[in-house]
Amino acid sequence: MSSAKLPPLPAILIANDLLTGDTVFYSGQGWTRHPGEAQIAEDEAASLGLEAAGQEAMRLNRVVDAYLVDVVLSAGGIPVPRHFRERFRLLGPTIRPDLGKQAEFPGLAAQAGQTR
Amino acid sequence: MYRYDEFDAAFVRDRVAQFSAQVERRLSGALTEDEFKPLRLQNGVYLQLHAYMLRIAIPYGTLSARQLRQLALIGERFDRGYGHFTTRQNLQFNWIQLKDVPEILSLLADVEMHAIQTSGNCIRNVTADQFAGVAADEIEDPRPVAELIRQWSTAHPEFSFLPRKFKIAVTGAEEDRAAVAVHDIGLRIVRHPETGETGYAVLVGGGLGRTPMVGKWVRDFLPKPHLLAYLEALMRVYNAEGRRDNKYKARVKILVHEIGIEAFRARVEAEFAQLDPQRIQADASEVERIARYFAPPAHADLPDNPPALRRARAANPDFDRWVEQNGFPHKVPGYQAVTLSLKGIGEAPGDISSAGMRLVADLADRYSFGEIRVTHAQNLVLPHIRQEDLHDLWQALAAGGLATANAGLITDIIACPGLDYCALATARSIPIAQALATRFAAPERQREIGPLAIKISGCINACGHHHVGHIGILGLEKRGEESYQITLGGDAGNASAIGEILGPGLVAGDVPDAIERLVAVYLAHRKPGEVFVESVRRLGIQPFKTAFNAEIRHDAA
Ligand code: HEM
Ligand code: SF4
Repeated sequence: MSSAKLPPLPAILIANDLLTGDTVFYSGQGWTRHPGEAQIAEDEAASLGLEAAGQEAMRLNRVVDAYLVDVVLSAGGIPVPRHFRERFRLLGPTIRPDLGKQAEFPGLAAQAGQTR
Repeated sequence: MYRYDEFDAAFVRDRVAQFSAQVERRLSGALTEDEFKPLRLQNGVYLQLHAYMLRIAIPYGTLSARQLRQLALIGERFDRGYGHFTTRQNLQFNWIQLKDVPEILSLLADVEMHAIQTSGNCIRNVTADQFAGVAADEIEDPRPVAELIRQWSTAHPEFSFLPRKFKIAVTGAEEDRAAVAVHDIGLRIVRHPETGETGYAVLVGGGLGRTPMVGKWVRDFLPKPHLLAYLEALMRVYNAEGRRDNKYKARVKILVHEIGIEAFRARVEAEFAQLDPQRIQADASEVERIARYFAPPAHADLPDNPPALRRARAANPDFDRWVEQNGFPHKVPGYQAVTLSLKGIGEAPGDISSAGMRLVADLADRYSFGEIRVTHAQNLVLPHIRQEDLHDLWQALAAGGLATANAGLITDIIACPGLDYCALATARSIPIAQALATRFAAPERQREIGPLAIKISGCINACGHHHVGHIGILGLEKRGEESYQITLGGDAGNASAIGEILGPGLVAGDVPDAIERLVAVYLAHRKPGEVFVESVRRLGIQPFKTAFNAEIRHDAA
C-alpha cells in the first residue's frame, strides 16, 4: 500500500461501531469509546498498521467507515484531531454539552483543551 | 386524516419484517456494508457523526396526536429524549442504534408511520402547505392529491431507481407556503380561467443543492383526471434522459436546463399522448375514498373575534402579540390556526423534547381535533383552534416553553443539523442560528424589523434552504476554519428567487454584525409597509453589498 493517502502524523484510527453507530477509536487491542485510550501512530509503519486494523475490523463487520485522523496530543493527554470536524466527533455536538462523549466522560473536554 | 387500509398496513408490516431480516443479516456479517447501505437508506437509516440517524416520514406534514405521542416515546426510549423536525416536514432522531431500528419501525407501524422513501433515488415523501384544509386563501385542500401521489409513487417499480432523488410539493392556496418552485415537481391547484374547474398547474426543474434553480412552468392547466398519467410521462422522460454519469448533474433540473423547457415540455407531451390517462388514474371511487379522509372536522358554529378573545388580548400584551404573530386566519369563522414556534431564543431550530411532543399532542386532542401539522420552516401548527380557547392554549404552551411569538420573524430561523450531527457538513449551522436569535431576541426589535426569513445550511447540499432565504447563510470550510457565505434576496414563496452572494466568507463571530448591517440598510430605506425582501427587490443588491463589505476584516476570512 502506498503511503500517499496516509494523513500527517501523529494519527489515530476512528470509526463508527456497527451495532450502535457510536464513534470509536482503535486502542491497539480493540475498539474503545474513550479517545484517551486510542493508540497513537507516531511513524509511517504504525500508521500503516492502524490502517490495516481498520480494514480488518470493517471486513469482520465490527465497525464501519474506519479512517485515520491526524492529531495533536493535548496537555491533558488526549489525541485531539487537527480538523474541527473530527474534533466535534471526538466530544459530541457543540450545541449539546449534555450529550455525547463530552457528557459521558466528565473532564474529557477540558483534558482535550476544548472549552465549550 | 388518512387511515391505512388493509393493503397499506400489510405493506408497511412486510417492510418492517423485511428490513428486520436485513439488519439481522448485516449484524451477522452475511451482508457487507456496501450491500447493506442502500437497503438501510431505503428505510431512512443514515450514519452521522455520532450515531445512526433515523428519518421518519410525515406525509404532507400531517400528524395525529397519537402519532406524535408515539414519536415522543421513541425519542425517550431509543434516542436522547428529543427529535428534530426538518425542512422536508420529516422527523429525524439523531442517536439511534442500528440494533434498535427494527423495533422502532414496528412501533411506527403501530401508528401508521414508517421511514420508507425518506432517502434514496426514488420519489420522496410528498410535502404540502402546512395550512392545508385550513387556510382562508385556499382553493382546495392539497392533501388528497398528495396522498394519491404518495400511493402511486410508493415502491413504484418503474421509479424506484431514478437517476437521483425526486421531490414533489403541492399547494392548494394562493400564497405558496410549500416552496413548490424549488422542488423537482411543484403542483399548484388552480381554477381554470374560463370554466372555473379545478386542476393543476405544473412546475418542473426547481431545486436547491449545488445548482439552485427555480422551477419552470410545464403545464398551466392539467385536468385532474390526467394527473397521474402526466406525472408518469414526466417521470419517464426524466428516467430515460436524466443523466446517470454524474450524480451532481442527475437531478431533473439539469435535464430541463440542458435541453430547455420547450424541448422538455414537447417530450413530456409526446410521452403523455401515448398513455391512456383513464387506465393510469386511480378509480374515481378510490380518489373519493382518499378525499373523504381529509373532510374537515366537525367545526362548531362560532362567531369571529369573540368577546372572550378581545378581553384577553386587551388584558395581556404578550398574549396579544402571540395571537398577532403566530395566528393564521382559518376559513371557518370562530377558528384560528396557530404556529407553535420551535425557535425559542437560543434553541436548536426544529428540535423538540419528548415532553414537548406530549404536551403538543395533549393540547391537539383538547383543542384541535387531535391534529398537528409540521411546517417546512421547522415549526408545528395546531390547525383548528377555537378563538375562544386561544388564551387557555397559549397559557399551556407558555408553561412548556412553546409560545415564542416569532413566526415569520428574524429569529424564526431555518437551520439544518450541520456539523453538529451531519457527516456531510462543512461547517456548523445551529450555533449560527442561536447567535443570531440571541442577537435579535428583543421582541420590540423583531416586530420593528418585521417578516424576514434567515435560512442556514451547513454545506452546499442546501438542506437548510439557504438559497431561498431572504438572507441565506451557507457554512463552508476555508483554510481549515468554518466560514460563512451570505446571500441576499432569495424567496421561497410566490416570487421565488435564488439569493445573490454579497461578498467574501465570514468567520462565525462576524456573522451577527454583518446581518445587523443588512437590517440597518433596510430600516433606513424602507417605504411604509414594505417588508425586508420587498425593499431588497426595489433597491437591488448594491446598497446591501456596500454596507455588508464596509467592515469586513478581509484578513479574518
Ligand atoms: C444525514 C443527513 C442528511 C444527508 C446525508 C442529506 C443529503 C442531502 C444531499 C446529498 C442533498 C443534495 C441533493 C442534490 O443536490 O441533488 C440534499 C438536499 C436537500 N436535503 Fe438533505 N441531507 C441530510 C439532512 C437533511 C435535513 C436535516 C433536511 C431538512 C432540514 C434535509 C432536506 C433537504 C433539502 C430541502 C434539500 C434541497 C432540496 C433539493 O433536493 O434540491 N436534508 N440533502
Ligand atoms: S445542508 Fe449539508 S450539512 Fe446541512 S443537513 Fe444537508 S447535507 Fe448536512
